[in-house]
Formats: sequence, structure tokens, C-alpha cells
Amino acid sequence: MAGIVSVIVDGIAYGMLLFLFSIGLSVTLGLMRFINLAHGAFAMFGGYVAVTLMNGYGVPFLLLLPVAFLATGLFGAVAEKLVIRHVYPMPELQQVLFSIGLAFAAGAVANIIFGPQQQPMLLPGWLAQRISVLGIDITGYRIFLIGAGLVAAAALIALFSYTLYGARVRAAVDSRRTAEGMGINVSLLFSLTFGLGAAFAGLGGALAVGFLGLDPTFPLKYLVIVLMVVAIGGPGSIAGSFIAAIFIGVIDALFKYFVPEIGGFVIYAVLVVMMVFFPKGLAGGRTA
Amino acid sequence: MNRMKLSLGVAVSLATAALIWGGSAQAQQKKLTVGVVLPLSGTYADQGRHYEDGMKLYQKLHGNSAAGVPVEMVVRDDQGPGSGDLARRLTQELIVRNGADVILGYSFTPTAMSVATLLNEAKKPAILVNATGAAVLPRSEYFVRVSITAAQFAEPLARWALKNNIKTVYTLVADFAPGIEMENAFKKVFEGGGGKIIGGARTPVSAMEYSPFLQRAIEAKPEAIFAFNPGGDVSVAFMKQAKERNLAKAGIKLIVSGDVVDESMLAAMGDAVDGVVSSLNYQPDLKNPANEKFLKGFHDMMGANAVPSARTVQGYDGMALIYQALEKTGGKTDADSLLAALKEAKIDSPRGPISIDPKTRDIVQNMYIRRGVQKDGKWVNATEEAFENIKGTAN
Amino acid sequence: MNSVTSSVTSSVMRIGIGLPLFLVAVASYFLFPGQLGLIAHLFILAIFALSYDLLQGHAGVVSLGHAVFFGIGAYTTAILGRHGVSDPLVVLVLAFLVSGAVAGLLTRIVVVGNDLTRLLVTLGIGFLFFEAANKANWLTGGADGMPDFEVGRLFGLYAFDFMGKTAFWYTLAVLAVVYLFLLLVTSSPFGVALRGIRENVRRMHAIGAPVNRHLAVTYIMSGAIAGIAGALLAQTSRFASLDMLGFERSAEVMMMATLGGTGSIPGVVLGAATFGYLKDMLSVISPKYWHLGIGIVLMLSVFVLRSGIAGALAGLARRMERRA
Repeated sequence: MAGIVSVIVDGIAYGMLLFLFSIGLSVTLGLMRFINLAHGAFAMFGGYVAVTLMNGYGVPFLLLLPVAFLATGLFGAVAEKLVIRHVYPMPELQQVLFSIGLAFAAGAVANIIFGPQQQPMLLPGWLAQRISVLGIDITGYRIFLIGAGLVAAAALIALFSYTLYGARVRAAVDSRRTAEGMGINVSLLFSLTFGLGAAFAGLGGALAVGFLGLDPTFPLKYLVIVLMVVAIGGPGSIAGSFIAAIFIGVIDALFKYFVPEIGGFVIYAVLVVMMVFFPKGLAGGRTA
Repeated sequence: MNRMKLSLGVAVSLATAALIWGGSAQAQQKKLTVGVVLPLSGTYADQGRHYEDGMKLYQKLHGNSAAGVPVEMVVRDDQGPGSGDLARRLTQELIVRNGADVILGYSFTPTAMSVATLLNEAKKPAILVNATGAAVLPRSEYFVRVSITAAQFAEPLARWALKNNIKTVYTLVADFAPGIEMENAFKKVFEGGGGKIIGGARTPVSAMEYSPFLQRAIEAKPEAIFAFNPGGDVSVAFMKQAKERNLAKAGIKLIVSGDVVDESMLAAMGDAVDGVVSSLNYQPDLKNPANEKFLKGFHDMMGANAVPSARTVQGYDGMALIYQALEKTGGKTDADSLLAALKEAKIDSPRGPISIDPKTRDIVQNMYIRRGVQKDGKWVNATEEAFENIKGTAN
Repeated sequence: MNSVTSSVTSSVMRIGIGLPLFLVAVASYFLFPGQLGLIAHLFILAIFALSYDLLQGHAGVVSLGHAVFFGIGAYTTAILGRHGVSDPLVVLVLAFLVSGAVAGLLTRIVVVGNDLTRLLVTLGIGFLFFEAANKANWLTGGADGMPDFEVGRLFGLYAFDFMGKTAFWYTLAVLAVVYLFLLLVTSSPFGVALRGIRENVRRMHAIGAPVNRHLAVTYIMSGAIAGIAGALLAQTSRFASLDMLGFERSAEVMMMATLGGTGSIPGVVLGAATFGYLKDMLSVISPKYWHLGIGIVLMLSVFVLRSGIAGALAGLARRMERRA
């Protein structure tokens, strides 16, 4: 029994990471209607920032996280202003083409700078320990991930539902023209939101290194699963992405435990079933 | 009609540009061209790079020619194990366009399998720097393997386990041919010596989540878990997650094939390698003149903190084989002479003495049992035991 | 009678652009005798891209799982070869039928939903097939693939030789047939209906056009032709592997069609050939970092070639026409 619970907890932790990765994609898809398949590159950026700071400059782990968050957010906002916003008006196919090209290029640049090998990230001792919660052994790190994910989800939902910024974003999603007509600076809003999405991806990337490793193939490796989370959750919905990510993490873990022969198969079957019955995702087209 | 004119114009320009760009006649001077086929992009780029480093290092340390014949490398990227058709086409191009006399490379078994019939038609020898599958060598008379086989990994580990009074083992191998071969090889020796495999699972080749599999393994309460996965990010994830599960506390030893804990990846694994026993054909702490020369050259080329991988040595030795073959044929570069010389190769490698078995064309080498320990604040594998002259394939 | 002749005539007129392309292809045999393998590969990519563009460019359906049919064609070839059926043309026809049949089974799932949904459903189906093939390693060889199956002589006479001569003519011939077939289909009333569906599906429903049936037929044709491409790859390389079913291949074919100019038959051929050739050339120049080159090319292409290669060439033609 304890075994199953620890597997589920691990699955939830994995799901939290997926959630952090996918927030940005969900928001850009819902808000700017921009298909950004290079979103994983932001996660990778955050990961490399964290690794460089820790291994090159001895920055303590807890400090790495906000730095990765801010650095990636800034990078994202700048990229949006300089390059990405020119791609918004293009038809979807060109957006896909562009963003895949960006993903390739980002991976190649990471390869040139850091090399193709796995990056070392040594977690601080207090995180790497096994803690006993209600008689079940769980690694401290996984609990930390779950906590981080919950905090992020709560913060984002609060942001979008209760702040002026959030209201403006929702207005711009509903009707860009009307929002602009009301004096909302929509392009600034887009930059900020894109940056926010990138920041969370960067945070996710920094957190993932200790658990999934980091190398230049990161953007394309996780692209598909992040797309799945966004699709099942419903683009533009934070709560939807959250539920979808946890769902995927847990289902994957459970099936690998009980029926290892079909393990990886299941999440794709889930995707197909969900898409056929819930084409707009769990959130059904609503934001936040 | 204008559209027609335009299209013709485009076609003519394309053709002209292509003519200028296209095939050029090869200068006819005596040299040995080595066609190198490695995964240099994608998930396994790290492994490909190690082989290439080894090859380049050998040339740096021993000069660019052997027996008076210049040896030139032409390198192509086969993008990893998925694309056997690409590797085949690249091999063909290397032979036809670049005039390759011998092919060096093939990190993965399926890649090597896909080119077997091509090599038979082209009649060119190929040296495998990895491709550990048992089914590969019989496919073509032109294959020579300088790397390692599943049997060579598994046998010493199984013998070590028996010697150390381990009676029950649970196996966790990656679900593809090398993994299954390892499982079988280990089982054969272990059970042959009185041990018992009490269970096992096969993990998806590119899985990053091992928690459920490890949990199952722990519940089976074996005395040791024997594991194999293909290296790179997958192995790092596996080791980290194995550490999370605290196998030591459950009294379970972790024994793995050496490429899971290859020296070059230890930095990324940290204390996950503590006490983990593995078998590999190369150890940086081996004391022999060839290794000293190799390590010095390696650190000159890659920096004092760089750590060589067994794959680097495999690439290095592949090139060494070519040089020695050239010396033996007195500079003759035709396929039959080269192949005959390659089949009799004996080299003092950084891993100890190695030779090619002329009947199976497979490698015969020493295998080393190592344990993960902390030394000078860094995690390294320390050699515990050596098993000598293990054959790659039994004949 | 009239509709058939008029679609044949209009196809013949449209061949105009295809003819120089065909001549260049034939010329390449003599110009690049050392690269026949690469060129045959480009032909195969073109067939695959054409099959995909029937869906994307003509019916407006975007799919991220099209490689499934490519892979099925390849594996059918390999499995038949292992069991003694090795005449290339027989196998080609069988691969065509098997892929088409599988497409037929999947039409229900694919003709529903909006763009994003369909994208993800096709993605999911692609992965399902990939995992299934991976697991069924008794049939498919799993992650190791299937090397070394029998590939017979073409017409009982021409073996697939080391230099790739047979492969070259064989794949070129199939490409020409597929090209002409697509010209015919897209000029026919069926093709016009597809364009209508692509442009305004609601109106098509409103005028009573059997939209779902048209989409289903298109999907089946598209899958069957992709199966041909896969079979050709398996026959010319004597290898079938999981990546032939995989996501990268599906993503690539979408990129090739878009790069070439979705909706334009010669454009797609050029797009596939260009993309395939660029990948090869860049990886020769820099085996380790060629992804950067491809990434930059793709990113630039959306700015410079807004409607793909075909769009750029058409723009050039218009400018020349104005001057003339």
C-alpha cells in the first residue's frame, strides 16, 4: 500500500513539473493565439541559468530559483518584443514552422555553449533526504516540487482572477479590439504575459534539472507532453493545465507500476480519448 | 506561357548552380580515407562526441599517417539509433563520394545491422566503436568490433555477485536488444553459479521516470538489483531516482553495467553512485603506459578537469586498429589486406591489452569491476577487481 | 464525359510547371552519379509531402501524425519481405492498400473537431501507433527495427544496386505517377469541393456537400500514398524502423509542405527536396551543429517566403509578367 502511495506522490511531483512547463504555452495559446512550439527552450534556458550559477558561482539552491525565474522572464519578454510579436499575425502553419525552427536553433546554441552532455546539479542535502510522511517514504525534493507547483498555481489563479492585470488579460482574450478601445495597452500586456509564461517555464526548468537532468535536446523532448497538458487542460486555463498535468503524471506512474508492459502507451490513449470527448479541453474554452 | 518560361529559367539556373556545386573529381593521391559515422546530434550526441574525441586524440598523439600513408577522417552524423536508413545512405556516400576505404563508427546495434548488406556489396571493412549486439558480427564478414558486448558486461558482474554471496537478483533492463542480451547473459552465468533471478522488468528505452519500476523491484526484496539502460540522460535519471529510493536502506545492492555509470557522467549523478558496483572495460585509474599517454593527451586536448569516457577509449582504439593494420599491410589500403590485418590486431590499449579474435572478429579484453566512492571530494569509480581476457563472443 | 475531359485537359495544362522539374530530376542522374541515394531519398520525401499536402493544402486538415501511414508502408514491406513476398511492385501495391485500410479505420476520429483538437488527436494516434509498434517487437523488431528483409528485383530484372541506380529511376517513376494523380484529383470536381471545405466548411455543409465523406476519402488517399512513400524507403534502404512512424517524421512532413507552399503541388515537391537537401548539406558542413542552420532557415523562411517557395516563385512570375 505504501508503495503505491509513494508512486502516486512521485507521479504528482512529475505532474507539477509538467504544469510549470506548460503554463506559458497555455497562456500564449489562449491569449495571443500563438502556437509557440519553442516554449521548451525557455525551460531549458532557466535550467542552464541555474546550473551555471550553481556550478560556476556557487549560488545556493534556493536563490537559484527566483533568479532563473526572473532571468527567463526577462529573456522571454525581450524575445517577444523583438521577434515573436512579428509572428502573431501570420497564419498558424507559419507560426508552427517558425517556432520549431526556433526550438532547433535554441537547442543548437545550447549545444555550442554548453556541449551535449548532461549538466550536473547537486541538490542540497536537506532536499535530497527521504522524509517519512504518514509512514510513507518520500524524497524531500518531490515534496518541494509539489509545494512549488501548488504555490505557482495559486498565485497564477489569484493573479488572473483578482488583479487588474488579470482582468485586463481576460478582457484582451475575449476581444482584443474592445480592450484596446478601452485604453488597455494590449501589446504591453502581451509582452508581460509572454514574459510571465517564460518565467514559469524557466523556473520549471531549474527545478527539473535535479530530477530529469538537462541537455540541449530538452526543448524538443518535452514538447509533446507539454502540448498534451495544454490540450487536455484547455488552452488559456491555468486550473485546467494544473489538473491535466497532475492527471497525466499520476496516470503515467500508476500504469507503469501496475502494468509495466503498456506503461508509456496509456497517456497517449488518454490524450486521444480526451480530445475526442472534450475537444476544447477540460476548461472548455474559459480562461483562468 | 510566361509561367512556363519562368519555370524553365528556374530549372536551368538550378541545374547550373548544382553543376558548379555538385560532385567534384577526387584528387588521386595515395591516402587512407576513414569514413566516420556517429550520432553527433540529438539525444546521443554526447556519446558520439566521445568517440570522435578519441579518434581525433589518437591522430593528435600519433601523427596523421601510418606506414607513410596519410590517414584522413571524414565525419558524418547519423543522428542516433532511430535512423538506420540514414546510416546506410551515409555509409554509401562515404564510400562512393569520399572514397572511404574503411568505415569507423556505428554507435548502435540497429545502425550497424542496417549497413551489413551494403558493406558486403561494397566490400569495405567497418570497425564498430560500439554496436554491442550479438547479432551484428555474423551479418557481415567485414565487421570488426573494438568495443564491448553484453556478455562482457554481464559475466564479470554475475561472477562478482556470486563471489560476494548474493543469492537473489531482480533485473531492470532497457527494452531493446542490448538490454535483453544483458539480461540473458547475466542470468546464464548467475543462475549457472547457483544464484536465482527472482523477477525482472524491462523499461522503455527512453523512459525518464523509473520510480514505479524501482518500487516494484524493492518490493520483490532481492539482495541486489541488476540494471542496464543506454546511457546519457536516461541513466542519470535512473541513478538519481534509484538514490531517492534509498536502496541501501532496504539492504539492496545496486549492480549495473558500466555504461550506466560511465566516468564522464558521474559529475551529474553526484552521490547516487555511492557503493554502486559496475563492470566496464576501461577505468581512468588503470596503471599502464598506454593509459598514461592517453590521459596526458586527453587532458591537454580537453582540459585538466575533463573526464574520459570508455567510449573515448573505444574511438581511440578504433583508430589505433587502423594504424596498426596499415603498418601490417605495409601501406596497402585495399579491403582484403586491411581486413586480414584487422582480424589479427593486438593492441596495448589504455584499457589494458586487447586483441581481435580472428574467428569471430570480436574483441577480447579485460573487464574491471568498480565501485563508486568519494575521492578528494569528487565521486569516482575505483577499480576493485580485474577479469582478464574475456571474449566478446564465445566461439 | 465533359467533366473528365476538362479535368484531364486542365491537368495537362498544369503539368507545365511540373515538366521542367521532371527534366531537372532526370538531369540530376547524369550530373550527380555519386549522390543517387540522396536524390532517391528526396523523391521519396516529395511523395510523402505530396500525400500530406493533399490533407493540409487541399482539404485544410492539419495532422501531426501522418508518419503513421509512412511507417505502416515501411513495416508492411519489411514483414512481407521476411515472409517471402518480395516483388517490389507487388509489395508497393500491398503497402498502398494496407495504409489506405488503416486510414479508413481512423477517419472517424479525424474528421471531427477543430484545428487544435485534430492536431492533438492525430498527434496522440501517432504516438499510440509508435508505442504499439515498439511493444510488438515480435512483429516489428521493436526499438531495433527490421533490417535485412528480402527485396526482389524490379520487374524480375533490376536489383537494387549499390550505386542506387535502380532506386533512382524507380522512385522517380513513382513520384511522377503520384504527381500526375494529384493533379488529376485536384482539378476534378472532387478537388474543387475540397477547396471549398478548406475555405469555408460551414458553407459546404449548407449547400449539402457530403463534407465528412469527402474528408474521409481524402484521408484514405493521403494515407495510402504515404504508405507508398514508406514502402519505397524500406525497399531502397532495406530497413524499417520506429522513427518511420515517429513524431519527428510527422513534424518534418508538415514543415516540408509548409515550406514549399501548402496547396501547390510543384511547391510541395520543391519544399520537400529543398528541406531534405538542406538537412544533408548542413550536416556535412557541420555534423554537430547543423540544427542551428536548419532552425535559422525555418525561421527566416516565414519572413522571406511568406507563402512558401511556391508563393515566392509565383510572386516572381507575376513581376516578370508585368514587365513583359
